[in-house]
Amino acid sequence: MAGKVKWVTDIEKSVLINNFEKREWVPVSENEDWNFYWMSIQTIRTVFSVDTGYRLSDEQIVNHFPNHYELTRKDLMIKNIKRYRKDLEKEGSPLAEKDENGKYIYLDFVPVTFMLPSDYNLFVEEFRKNPSSTWIMKPCGKAQGKGIFLINKLSQIKKWSRDSRTSTFVAASSGKEAYVISLYIDNPLLIGGKKFDLRLYVLVTTYRPLKCYMYKLGFCRFCTVKYTPSTSELDNMFVHLTNVAIQKHGDDYNHVHGGKWTVSNLRLYLESTRGKEVTSRLFDQIHWIMVQSLKAVAVSGVHSKTTFQNILTNVNASPSLTSSTANDRILKYNLINDTLNIVTPNGEIPDCRWSRSPPREALGNYQVLYDEEQAQSEHTDLRDLRSRSGQSLGSKGTKGGAGVRPVTASWK
Amino acid sequence: MLMDEGTELSLTIAHIVRRLRGSHLHSQIERQAKVSPFRPGLFLYIFFMRIIIFLCLAGWERKLQNAVYRELQLPPSHPAAPPEHLKEPLAYMRKAQASWEKRVLKSLNSVSTELGVPLARMRPVAEQKELTDKWNEMGTDEPDLNRFRPVYAPKDFLEVLISLRNPNHDSSEDVSVRSHWGLIQIPLDVRDIPQLKQVFIGYLYQLIFCPWSDAVFVFCCALVISEQDSAAAQQYSRQGCPTGLRADLWALILNCTNQPQDVMYYEQLTAGVIQHDLLVDNLIYKDVKLTASNDDYYFVFEDFLYQVLLCFSRDTAVLDHFKYNSATPPKSYIQGVIPFHGFSMYVAPLCFLYNEPSKLYSVFREMYIRYFFRFLKYSGIVTLCLQFERLLQTYLPQLFYHLRQIGAQPLRIAFKWMVRAFSGYLSTDQLLLLWDRILGYDSLEIVAVLAAAVFAFRAENLMEVTSLVSAEAVLADLSTLKVMPLIQIFLFATTV
Ligand SMILES: Nc1ncnc2c1ncn2[C@@H]1O[C@H](COP(=O)(O)OP(=O)(O)O)[C@@H](O)[C@H]1O
Ligand SMILES: [Mg+2]
Repeated sequence: MAGKVKWVTDIEKSVLINNFEKREWVPVSENEDWNFYWMSIQTIRTVFSVDTGYRLSDEQIVNHFPNHYELTRKDLMIKNIKRYRKDLEKEGSPLAEKDENGKYIYLDFVPVTFMLPSDYNLFVEEFRKNPSSTWIMKPCGKAQGKGIFLINKLSQIKKWSRDSRTSTFVAASSGKEAYVISLYIDNPLLIGGKKFDLRLYVLVTTYRPLKCYMYKLGFCRFCTVKYTPSTSELDNMFVHLTNVAIQKHGDDYNHVHGGKWTVSNLRLYLESTRGKEVTSRLFDQIHWIMVQSLKAVAVSGVHSKTTFQNILTNVNASPSLTSSTANDRILKYNLINDTLNIVTPNGEIPDCRWSRSPPREALGNYQVLYDEEQAQSEHTDLRDLRSRSGQSLGSKGTKGGAGVRPVTASWK
Repeated sequence: MLMDEGTELSLTIAHIVRRLRGSHLHSQIERQAKVSPFRPGLFLYIFFMRIIIFLCLAGWERKLQNAVYRELQLPPSHPAAPPEHLKEPLAYMRKAQASWEKRVLKSLNSVSTELGVPLARMRPVAEQKELTDKWNEMGTDEPDLNRFRPVYAPKDFLEVLISLRNPNHDSSEDVSVRSHWGLIQIPLDVRDIPQLKQVFIGYLYQLIFCPWSDAVFVFCCALVISEQDSAAAQQYSRQGCPTGLRADLWALILNCTNQPQDVMYYEQLTAGVIQHDLLVDNLIYKDVKLTASNDDYYFVFEDFLYQVLLCFSRDTAVLDHFKYNSATPPKSYIQGVIPFHGFSMYVAPLCFLYNEPSKLYSVFREMYIRYFFRFLKYSGIVTLCLQFERLLQTYLPQLFYHLRQIGAQPLRIAFKWMVRAFSGYLSTDQLLLLWDRILGYDSLEIVAVLAAAVFAFRAENLMEVTSLVSAEAVLADLSTLKVMPLIQIFLFATTV
């Protein structure tokens, strides 16, 4: 196993390059022989497209699974989760159990969502049931809050479809400018009166069997303007969208902390103000959602960061490696460092025959989120995970009785 | 002021009774007694016995006990002494404190004349309405604060403390005794490590002989809360409160029960803020902007800080408390305290525990009256400084000598930590564990001990530095420290 890892990347980020250099790995160009290629999603798409038909050798690894977009495209994420639930239901899996209202007890973690324009009629039907509801429109293939807007009247959808017909009609018909529309969660947990979401990092090393790690040092991303459900502020994105890419343009954006608050702060705050039990339950539910959504795409794959808002809203394949603050830079450097330690133990040339279970000490700030192989060898399976999480997902005395589902309502 | 213990005790009791008489609790108890089914009959004595039993059954005994306990916890007051002497027992300190306060006030006045901003003014109606509307988002306001500078910063305070001397004590006389190398040149009694061990020994025994299982400990704490037992809560706090129960335990120790009248009181203060504009508001505003707003831990609580601090500056109950201490707030226009730069850091950590402004407020006010004010009071802060220096000099003489030689007096580095009880320096979880002990032992001593422990912990690196700047760099980041292990190692593993 002698020899230095040959690396290449098309993302010029210091947190990456410093990490490679620290390991004294050898930089090469993408046309040379390489062992480790940290690529952008555009690159991975071309490299592994049917035309190129590139196949990885035993000594090569990349930072994405080829089908990462199964989770990262908003429409496909929804489709995969819906399909996963159907499949479980067909198998008669206890995970797919429903309550008396026909809602999944354990798998109801995405807000009601439709594809537009294709599901337009279904959406209208749903909207009419509850005409005072607010909905959020998101272009399927974009990120960083781009192209997102809120609506609370059907006429706004009609206007949108008229406008998009004239402007991006071609794109729309070819499916590129397709949107998803989701029920807007209008009672999020607020801290200091502001909305936030969670940026949590998950590393998936194999999908079959599923093995994933959760990074302990995630953070909350805060809006810069106080939250109000009032419809008069529906078009103020500084109130509603937590993306840093949006917030940093706000007048009140603070460049020192960048609106980022560590998950350990969140835990301390929640435990102090709401108690330990509720807090542990919440985090269990978050982990549960992550594992389930990865299970849902186990046929494809991601290396990802995920964005949760108690309810899963989206998953990204290439989390921003741009560092907005000094702490951010340290966090991201360490994140990459710990990631590399897991995927290339001892900094050696990758070998597909490696055992995929690094010892606990080698995990850094990662912790095992789910290990299917181990779960199976212990004669446990998803059902036990459920009953484990199920305990905390708990039928017993959750506030508001809504407790079995990881819903925001249980916080209000 | 020579009094035998008996007289003093009875004075104290009389004082407590006087204070309780005027309290809300007293009128509540009175009302409760009136609704009891008993009426005074022939035997007045039996009637009283019945009333007492009735009140005990109705749970009033505990409340009364907690109220008395709170009075006992408050800084000692000697009602017999003339008001001037109540404040500071040592005449020269009293004088120094008064002249420092005069100086701060003068500087505030000069800000007022310089900028043409009155110390206080009534807000016009329109402005009142505007402030009411944005009460929950004062942080978005961007008044021009460039003109305002903090009236004083911890280091200004340190300078005057350093210059403090006891006129009756000539330090040049005792060259024979090992002289004090530190900045504080006042002969006061402070405890050394063996004595400190005595104080903290209970804690150690607990650790060695009777390690609580976490579950048992949490259970006991919950029990104490359900029984509303203030004194027991304080005992448990010495072990470090369980995160999920800390808010309740602290409120219990501080006897902040968040009764409707507390909420009302807070609302009155809020109304005061809306009606009057004070010059100090600008200082508070600026302080929050310069500290908490940029802080990784506390920025999310910015708006709570304005609310609490603005109300605080108008709170006359705080003023009341000052009758017994040497810090004298200027009365007519400012009710409370002139904030030094960093003052908001006393409130910030509490935001992790209480998300209801009125509760947050009452806990803060109580913490201030019991503890934080001592940081601004000569005898309090001087004792801490001296304690810190003595500990270092006695147990780490080489380090102290080295730092002194390179012009990096340890106190110059540690003062800012201590004066804020480390808030804004330690990570919040660790800070709360430290404050658990402040409450638990009802003493700030632990702050000085921790400051010394930090130096001990970094001693090796500090021995290598050659300037104040590089010493400061070694000690710049305290956010990774674990408070209790540091203190334990320092107290129980340091050998002379
Ligand atoms: N259903 C929803 N209800 C409430 N807020 C939402 C919802 N979906 C998204 N958001 C908000 O919008 C932000 C961006 O949405 P997301 O789906 O993450 O898209 P992007 O990929 O552009 O980041 C989220 O971080 C969240 O703050
Ligand atoms: Mg997102």
